[in-house]
Amino acid sequence: MMRLNRDAMLPLLFALVLALGVLLPLMMMVTISLNPNEQDIMVSMGSLRSFIPQVFSLQNYIEVWTDPVHPFARYLANTALITFSTLILSIFFNSMAAFVLAQGTLPIRKPVMILILATLAVPGESLVLPQLMMAGWLGQVDSYQVQIVPGVANAMSIFLFYQFFSRLPKELIEAARIDGFSFFQIYRHVAMPLSKPVISAIAVLQFLEIWNAYLWPVMVTRGPEYRPLSVAMSAYFGTNQAAWGNIMAFAVSMAIPVILFFLILQRQFIASVMSSGVKG
Amino acid sequence: MADVVFSAVHKRYGAVEIIPGLDLTIPEGSFTVLVGPSGCGKSTLLRMIAGLEEVSGGSIHIGGDDVTTSDPSQRGIAMVFQSYALYPHMSVADNIGFGLKLSGMAKTEIAARVADAAETLQLTHLLDRKPKQLSGGQRQRVAIGRAIVRKPRVFLFDEPLSNLDAALRAQMRVELAELHSRIGATMVYVTHDQVEAMTMADRIVVLNGGRIEQAGAPMELYRQPATPFVAGFIGSPRMNFITGEEARKLGGDLVGIRPEHLRLSENGPWIASVRHVEHLGAETLIYAEAEAIGPLTIKAEGDVALEAGKSIRIGFNTTDLHRFAGGRRVPN
Repeated sequence: MMRLNRDAMLPLLFALVLALGVLLPLMMMVTISLNPNEQDIMVSMGSLRSFIPQVFSLQNYIEVWTDPVHPFARYLANTALITFSTLILSIFFNSMAAFVLAQGTLPIRKPVMILILATLAVPGESLVLPQLMMAGWLGQVDSYQVQIVPGVANAMSIFLFYQFFSRLPKELIEAARIDGFSFFQIYRHVAMPLSKPVISAIAVLQFLEIWNAYLWPVMVTRGPEYRPLSVAMSAYFGTNQAAWGNIMAFAVSMAIPVILFFLILQRQFIASVMSSGVKG
Repeated sequence: MADVVFSAVHKRYGAVEIIPGLDLTIPEGSFTVLVGPSGCGKSTLLRMIAGLEEVSGGSIHIGGDDVTTSDPSQRGIAMVFQSYALYPHMSVADNIGFGLKLSGMAKTEIAARVADAAETLQLTHLLDRKPKQLSGGQRQRVAIGRAIVRKPRVFLFDEPLSNLDAALRAQMRVELAELHSRIGATMVYVTHDQVEAMTMADRIVVLNGGRIEQAGAPMELYRQPATPFVAGFIGSPRMNFITGEEARKLGGDLVGIRPEHLRLSENGPWIASVRHVEHLGAETLIYAEAEAIGPLTIKAEGDVALEAGKSIRIGFNTTDLHRFAGGRRVPN
């Protein structure tokens, strides 16, 4: 039997504490969401009972999903549309930009890349007001596109693609040039199929960012028509008495697609890393 | 098939001149090997034919067409790289045929060409595999297949066997030479390995510092090296060189004699002490230190019973001497 020595115990203990820090709030969220009795929730709050489910009822979920004032299905569809549109456009445009910067022949590639990286230092919140004014001038407030377009260009995504594309073997690109591939065809048929690991990583990171975005959607949406889940959830706090059971059921429902997406791409991510021997 | 003609070709990287004005004709249908030490400009020359490296001055013609500024895909060339450069995500069949597909060729024609190339290279049973499922030799064959299907005017090989082990390298040498005699296309092959050059080429170009030291048939370079550099580079083990007074007595500033032309002889003029002996079975390499001459390597046939420290006498025929004066060969 494997025995743990003291050197191995310490990191394990540290990992356990960290894992509990992440898991406990999640357990509390699920426990409360399964409890239909609002008074019981308030009483048990803070005790061990709020972390371990005592009742298993889907009543809160049914209430949330069928609420006519806050149409959950509409919010979910809005969020999915915004997230996937942004993600697809982002991967397409950012990878193209990165490929030109990594493999193109423009003399100003380096300064442009530095400029893009420098934008990472600018907090997104500081750009919200000018962006809102621009959206207002263009008459685009309260629409899907106002929630999609600003998220497409992403410096971190360009940087990750750039790192990957600049490490592609030179001979692979040259072989493609001799084979008659155009610059775009090298991007489309050689670089992109090889970049599955980096696409997965970017997709996971950006999916979380867009799915959970709050500040920008709350500023540019006016009603349930274009509103995403993150903003819709806040409406529950606007009432005199917060319905914790419903709020947590909403939160769990909102988190499930994220977890699923992560699990699906994580498998692909690992598979891609294992099979991505670039050297033929 | 086409010839390749370099006319006053220069290559500079900033202030550094890699190739200082070079004229060379690679004959149509020849198997020409560019050989030389690292940094001699042989790969640069090959990449300039391919269009992967720009020319700083002069012109390159392939089959009479000026291709100096043409795109690589417009030159009628195909290239096989040292690292194979196969597309890892594509099957063997796609690796071979994808270039043709992009050029808009009909599917049936592509399939026929891929099948032909696969049969020539014994790859038919591997067409559905991915490169990572192939051995080094098979990968190199796929890379050659990708070149063949393009039906190029000139094949370019950039040290294609360097990543293979010794046995596979020897096998691939034979296969490449056979391929050349079968399809008869012009082939330009870059290597730093003089054995590869000697065994495969019908014409060798020895490069040194971006200049051509000598170009000619392998045995011509072996028998009549034009410069001490060629004399030292062609032939294995390396030619012995004698300098100073002893060289002058033999008729040159520098005199060379190949290890296989020295023999152990009781009447030999040179006395030497054995430093080390390598028994290779069919032959024996004797490393010795000769009085007033310096270190000498002797290649003797069969297994010679000798050990370090022993004194030997060495003989030779004067017709086997290579005399050089002012860096050029002195005719015998």
